[in-house]
Amino acid sequence: MAASVAVAGAQHLSSVSDLVPDWARQEVSTGTTIMAVEFDGGVVIGADSRTTTGAYIANRVTDKLTPIHDRIFCCRSGSAADTQAIADAVTYQLGFHSIELDEPPLVRTAANLFKEMCYRYREELMAGIIVAGWDKRRGGQVYTVPMGGMLVRQPVSVGGSGSSYVYGFVDSNYRSGMSKEECLRFVAEALTLAMERDGSSGGVARLAVITEEGLERRVILGNELPKFFSA
Amino acid sequence: MERHTTDSRVKGVSTGTTILAVKFRGGVLIGSDSRASIGGSYVASRVINKLIQVHDRIFCCIAGSLADAQAVTRAAKFQLSFHSVQMDSPPLVKAAASVLRELCYSNKEELQAGFITAGWDKKKGPQVYTVSLGGMLLSLPFTIGGSGSTYIYGYVDAKYKADMSREECLQFATNALALAMGRDNVSGGIIHLVVITEEGAEHIVIPGDKLPKFHDQ
Repeated sequence: MAASVAVAGAQHLSSVSDLVPDWARQEVSTGTTIMAVEFDGGVVIGADSRTTTGAYIANRVTDKLTPIHDRIFCCRSGSAADTQAIADAVTYQLGFHSIELDEPPLVRTAANLFKEMCYRYREELMAGIIVAGWDKRRGGQVYTVPMGGMLVRQPVSVGGSGSSYVYGFVDSNYRSGMSKEECLRFVAEALTLAMERDGSSGGVARLAVITEEGLERRVILGNELPKFFSA
Repeated sequence: MERHTTDSRVKGVSTGTTILAVKFRGGVLIGSDSRASIGGSYVASRVINKLIQVHDRIFCCIAGSLADAQAVTRAAKFQLSFHSVQMDSPPLVKAAASVLRELCYSNKEELQAGFITAGWDKKKGPQVYTVSLGGMLLSLPFTIGGSGSTYIYGYVDAKYKADMSREECLQFATNALALAMGRDNVSGGIIHLVVITEEGAEHIVIPGDKLPKFHDQ
């Protein structure tokens, strides 16, 4: 009896299963807001800190700003697993390349490595990545590699699910020639506005400044974020 | 992380669009772009007016299926003028919004249209109401809608202040619409604005070449 029921109904037995909660069947995603801005002498990058599995927040203090090399970072959005795997692979490739060259790698090289992987495996992957850093040849640079595997350099780039909400703010507030402090404030404000509106973004705002001198990381806690009017 | 837009599933002509309404000191401003598209890739009309006058000092703007929106506003206009004759006084803005809400809620399975209603009446002065797709009615100091509105949530959250002057409000609305039209492919054309105060309603048109420009242009 039990065996025949199991065989006949195997495909439908767990269609409305209580054994596993809904969120555990969803892929872990960094539904997110990430951003990077070039300034004269370096880049400012930022991200929120929420990782979700469906409606459950798997990690509320995620670090989506991943070091690829001493002066090169990437901001990850999309599937957490895919982006971690890609970042690990690129870190290895870039480290190897840097030793061969016997000098620090170019940001453009790192961006191209990301693009190669994201384009080649575009059907399997769900990853939107912003690569940013400083090198001696071109100074501060931001390259965006969205889903699909395009590569383009932009002075300012936003990504992730929360980015839709701040295109208008970024378009109207960005000016070329901003100072480091102005860029930090610009990124913090944009992240805050996105986190307010996007359910998949939230937590703390993580920022980093990459210059010739080195790296400076900051965290802005939820209650310290800039405040805006909300209807 | 593709942005999900309900407008892309609308059959027929859709006002993939950007609409907004803002209360300011002494009145309301309601505004929209002017593009009507089919399937997100053909522009059926580049100069339609999405600001419908439902009474002397009450306007509403439409988002979603153009056919549904026109049918609902025609029915609402009729009901409202009848109501106004019965009451022997101009209708309240809330009455106009409620009529739209009733129509949207009772026909929620068939319809795919959302509305923003704004106007001025003697009882409460300037008001802004939004009626969502399923028929929820909400009163707000300002509201944005349509597919292009996604891109300007950050901008309006940052820039809105209560009790603006008429000029500040015009600038705010024009900038917001221009930014949305710059990023949303189904919003575009020219900007239509209507300023409603106790004195009456004034229609302002901003042609494409006079739109505010931002850094990447």
